[in-house]
Amino acid sequence: MSGHTLRTKLYRELWHLKGQVIAIALVIGGGVAVCLMSLVNYSSLTATRADYYAEHRFADVFVSLKRAPNHVLQQVARIPGIYNVGARVEGAAKLDIAGFDEPVSARLISLPETGMPEVNRLYLRLGRLPEAGRNNEVVVIGSFADAHGLVPGDTLSAIINGRRQQMTVVGVAESPEFVYIIPPGAMLPDYERYGVLWLPRKSLAAAMDMSGAFNSLVLQTEMDTPIAGVIDHLDRLLARYGGTGAFDRSEQFSHRFLNDELNQLKTMATVFPLIFMAVAMFLLNVVISRLISTQRDIVAVLKAFGYSNRQVGWHYSQMVLVIASVGLLLGTVAGLWLGRELGQLYMEFYRFPSLLFSINPWWLVFLAAITLLVAWIGGWRAIRAAAALPPAEAMRPDGPGRFRKGAFERALGGLRFSQPSRMILRQLASRPTRTLLSATGVAMAAAIVMVGNFQFDSVGLMVHTQFARVQQQDISVSFVEPVNEAALYGLARQPGVLYAEGRRLVSARLINGHREWRTVLTGIPGDAKVQFVIDQNLNPVPLPPAGLLLTDFLAVELGVKPGDILTIEVLEGERRKLEIPVAGITNEFLGVGAYMMLSALNRSLSDGPQINQALLNIEDERAPGLYRQLREMPGVLGIGIRQAMLDSFFDTLARNFLTFTLVNSILGGIIAFGVIYNTIRISLAEKGRELASLRVLGYTHNEVSHILLGELALLLILGVPLGWAIGHGLGELIVSAMQTELYRVPLLITYQTFGISAAVVVLSALGSGFIAWWRLRGLDLVAVLKTRE
Amino acid sequence: MVNQPVFQTRGLTKVYDQGEVQVHALQGVDLDLYAGELVVMLGASGSGKSTLLNILGGLDVPSTGTVSYRDERLDGAREKDLTRYRRDFVGFVFQFYNLIPSLTARENVAAVTEISRHPMEPEQALALVGLEGRMDHFPAQLSGGEQQRVAIARAIAKCPEVLLCDEPTGALDSATGIRVLEALEKANRETGTTTVIITHNAAIANMADRVITLSDGRISGEHRNGLRQDPRSLSW
Ligand SMILES: Nc1ncnc2c1ncn2[C@@H]1O[C@H](COP(=O)(O)OP(=O)(O)O)[C@@H](O)[C@H]1O
Ligand SMILES: [Mg+2]
Repeated sequence: MSGHTLRTKLYRELWHLKGQVIAIALVIGGGVAVCLMSLVNYSSLTATRADYYAEHRFADVFVSLKRAPNHVLQQVARIPGIYNVGARVEGAAKLDIAGFDEPVSARLISLPETGMPEVNRLYLRLGRLPEAGRNNEVVVIGSFADAHGLVPGDTLSAIINGRRQQMTVVGVAESPEFVYIIPPGAMLPDYERYGVLWLPRKSLAAAMDMSGAFNSLVLQTEMDTPIAGVIDHLDRLLARYGGTGAFDRSEQFSHRFLNDELNQLKTMATVFPLIFMAVAMFLLNVVISRLISTQRDIVAVLKAFGYSNRQVGWHYSQMVLVIASVGLLLGTVAGLWLGRELGQLYMEFYRFPSLLFSINPWWLVFLAAITLLVAWIGGWRAIRAAAALPPAEAMRPDGPGRFRKGAFERALGGLRFSQPSRMILRQLASRPTRTLLSATGVAMAAAIVMVGNFQFDSVGLMVHTQFARVQQQDISVSFVEPVNEAALYGLARQPGVLYAEGRRLVSARLINGHREWRTVLTGIPGDAKVQFVIDQNLNPVPLPPAGLLLTDFLAVELGVKPGDILTIEVLEGERRKLEIPVAGITNEFLGVGAYMMLSALNRSLSDGPQINQALLNIEDERAPGLYRQLREMPGVLGIGIRQAMLDSFFDTLARNFLTFTLVNSILGGIIAFGVIYNTIRISLAEKGRELASLRVLGYTHNEVSHILLGELALLLILGVPLGWAIGHGLGELIVSAMQTELYRVPLLITYQTFGISAAVVVLSALGSGFIAWWRLRGLDLVAVLKTRE
Repeated sequence: MVNQPVFQTRGLTKVYDQGEVQVHALQGVDLDLYAGELVVMLGASGSGKSTLLNILGGLDVPSTGTVSYRDERLDGAREKDLTRYRRDFVGFVFQFYNLIPSLTARENVAAVTEISRHPMEPEQALALVGLEGRMDHFPAQLSGGEQQRVAIARAIAKCPEVLLCDEPTGALDSATGIRVLEALEKANRETGTTTVIITHNAAIANMADRVITLSDGRISGEHRNGLRQDPRSLSW
């Protein structure tokens, strides 16, 4: 025999085992695909974002101030490390959109007289920038334009600083500064009711009384300058102009959320592939061991003819490597494709100009090497055993598993087992390691499906809790300026309003030593009924008479616990610095915040009973009329509608999130099938002879199927609960890895998820079981009588 | 001996179609077997003995010709009916024992008695083949001869109408083989089960009531022994 003959043997055997080869290749492919999908998605988005930032000169440092004359810019430019300065006027407006009766608000940002801004350049999707001197021209952000179907040529009217202004849309644009936008005081995006508009500097400055001055700076710094130094300089320089403290990208809202999302993708890219690979390795181990143990005599003959241990080892290694390569190929194609599709989905969500398809080729090489290695290690034990087998020994059949009456069976001594049941029990007991591994394989499959599914439940719980338990108002109304609480009575008298409650939101910087966090400090009335703060058990937390309640996530970030004193820099009005003790910790799932009694907040600011947000419960049928009313009220800036937020949440964030999980569920199903199909095929191969003997003795097809399927059933009974436990553990791991500022997904696993994971596994088992049952029909009864075991 | 045959075959053929080659394993066998008789079927390797036995036992179906068990036609029977036939009427003993390795001797026998209509106790069947002391041993703990006797106990425990043995001593040395034949002879004598033993070993023929010789898929000879010899007096 030559190497050529061995190769022929290899191909024939692979062909003969094709069902199992494909099942294992699918599992390996699943692992490779999840890994690549996540890697491609993550690295493409990261590269796309980096490219977007660079191309559009995304700022490194941001600062807003009350008002600084333009000549201060010269001093800013002299700060070492700064190489690009964008000075702007920012403001807010209330918009009237034709055909949309609800109040809409917008953030306004000035554009230079000509050309793109130096920093935070726009990506124009449609149209153009305003032309010099055309003061009524405006560019709108893509998400808002899409929500209202705005295109260049459309008009809208804006109330800026109390004055109405008619404007014409000339462009639709995106900006690296606003990849992610959430209306002030809200927790989720609402593209219909909140947008970003870019106006010519002159017209915005005139409207805001900012001529010859600016109130917002965006800066690019040199790569090698420590940003902290630049921030220090800026803070000292701008303090007297009402600077609210410069901050870097890590505190920039849009960037921070994008980072959180990318980090979640990274978590996905590590946890799932690990599970898949472990399962694949185990499958290879079982299948190759089995295959080699049926070929002991062949190994003996090969060796008797002078093949070396190395040649025999290589022969079986090749078998493993071919299977792994098939899986690698399947997985690479699927993973690249899935990663691209998913990237496309995320890109639409983030509105990046174009998706860069990026994958470091070395990662592909690395992944291929790891896959082959893992596969080979999986088969290693069996390969080594074959290579080391002395020829004389190999001539003897592999000793049958040593059977005995197991402890389990003795413990159940009172029961009368039928002989087939005994066979099942002893078969499993005689190879405890393999039984355990098979059950673990089943468990892994169940766990993967569970991990893919529990996020549906958890996200659902998160949103449900937020809106059913914490935010019970139907709408929230933001005022342009703080107003006296008495304004609530005016609102409450509007037709359709059932209940009104006020609160005050103040932007603030919370500081503990060198740790700080920019957020909103919310003053809540002591008798709040529609929106309050909750604890771990979702019960309302009473507000302390003085002192702060902090979201747990924020308390950890700031390193404070109840009793500690927190410094609060109020970023509006007189810019007061307050020292307030932390009175307690709260547990919202969505957003983070600091809360205190409304009266205490107003007292700290030396204000009267002021509010700047009203929460209303309304009659649904009268909502449209009420919205029109609110739109006409001069003091009202905008509204947030609970239902709209929910809808947009599930439409966007959840959809992306859930697409990813759906893919994982499907791949979990593939694993389940791979494990169970292989297990049953191995069983069938091992027991074929026994089963055929029983058929000869008069057992019916279904009676012998029972033996094979009973073993499978026992594996499921062992494996599924184990899978639930593993899935629960993985869920905890994932949930804790995915704590972000935007949301903290709670771990909730419903009976439905337990059920689905079991169902996927059981369905795979039924599918595999059916194949086995079908094969048993064709069992050659005569053939088994002609050969010795 | 009653004149109504238990088995009757007429013009039985079996062709194995292997693509280019066709193997004619049986080429027209006419055979009658009668209740209670012990038949030894002799023939060289490849002469078609196993093929014939498998057809009689309902494991295989003929290509042409008829085979009937009492009033039942086995040719053209459905798989389900053949299974039922095997289950209710046939006891098999094979060259390689075909015991279930995960079951003890007693449990191997019980595996059959559990699904039979009028079985004897597994212990009784094992005692009949002289294995009362080995009932709780697993096949791997028994010698070849002992395993074959377990197989015989398993075959007779269901009190079958016919006992079909394909080279029952083929894998055994002569002393052990003789003990196995003794067990078969005893079972035939004490239970009156129609017994067919096939072998290529002519020395075994003397223990039979009737000897049938098969060559090239045809019956080439048949004779009746005046007196069955005790298997203990055989030797080869
Ligand atoms: N499954 C099969 N496929 C093809 N040929 C077979 C098959 N089984 C038996 N044969 C052929 O049929 C002939 C008779 O076989 P068999 O009945 O097993 O003989 P014996 O038992 O007398 O040794 C032989 O030539 C054998 O090669
Ligand atoms: Mg034969």
